[in-house]
Amino acid sequence: MTVLLEILVAALLVLGGTFGLIGSFGLLKLKDPMQRLHPATKATTIGVGAALVASVLHLLLIGAGISWHEILVTLFLFLTAPLSALFLAKTHILRSLDPKVLPPTGTDAAWATLPRGK
Amino acid sequence: MKRLFPHPVLSLALAALWILLVNHWTLGSLVLSLILATLIPLLSARWWPYRPVIRRPLGLIPYTLLVLRDVIVANFQVARIILFLPNDRIRSAWISVPLDLTSPEAISLLAGTITMTPGTLTADVSADGRALLVHSLHAPDPDAIRDEIKTRYESRLKRIFE
Repeated sequence: MTVLLEILVAALLVLGGTFGLIGSFGLLKLKDPMQRLHPATKATTIGVGAALVASVLHLLLIGAGISWHEILVTLFLFLTAPLSALFLAKTHILRSLDPKVLPPTGTDAAWATLPRGK
Repeated sequence: MKRLFPHPVLSLALAALWILLVNHWTLGSLVLSLILATLIPLLSARWWPYRPVIRRPLGLIPYTLLVLRDVIVANFQVARIILFLPNDRIRSAWISVPLDLTSPEAISLLAGTITMTPGTLTADVSADGRALLVHSLHAPDPDAIRDEIKTRYESRLKRIFE
């Protein structure tokens, strides 16, 4: 049983590492700043997630009891990843994007980031 | 009681957060969590004049499970696009998603969900809060993505919040 759990922990760590690597490779490969935000927000969540599950299992295995920090890390990750992506996207739209490529809002107002009159 | 705990849910969340953060079940950390749960809502009260209304809080549980499942799927999809799709065949697109939701909390939750799930990312909101600007990594059919966001996530959030 212990050996099986250890194999599971090791497999999770490898899985997490692989996804972290793929995410970083995506940052290098993709050409457009908006495209690069995708691997940074998504392909890495499973990387961190798998490492956290491995951490919980390992602590149970060595008899240290249940650790709650992993739940908090997951919570904060899900709170911060979309927000930092949103801020990066807004900065990109404001500083270096031609507003003409954006679709119309479909309402009377413009996109919030754009300066008035564009 | 209402003066001491103007926002009971926030107080409970803060106390739980502190206890999880200390990771030890001792009387001392319980007392400190109660002190924090009392002080922080009192000191920050002026920044949240309105309180979120959640019509059906229990609906958040199946929604969370659905999103977690989609996040895992999203990881594999994005990984596949990165590894196996040549750059010149990736069709990225901007999509404007009109909103039926009106509650700011529901819209924030929808925006966060869009960022965490398959191939899409929330980039902006219209100045009147009636539409979201979404960027899709690989969208051969942008309209299908817009419809999926509306039926899969927005309709569920609408049932929970409004």
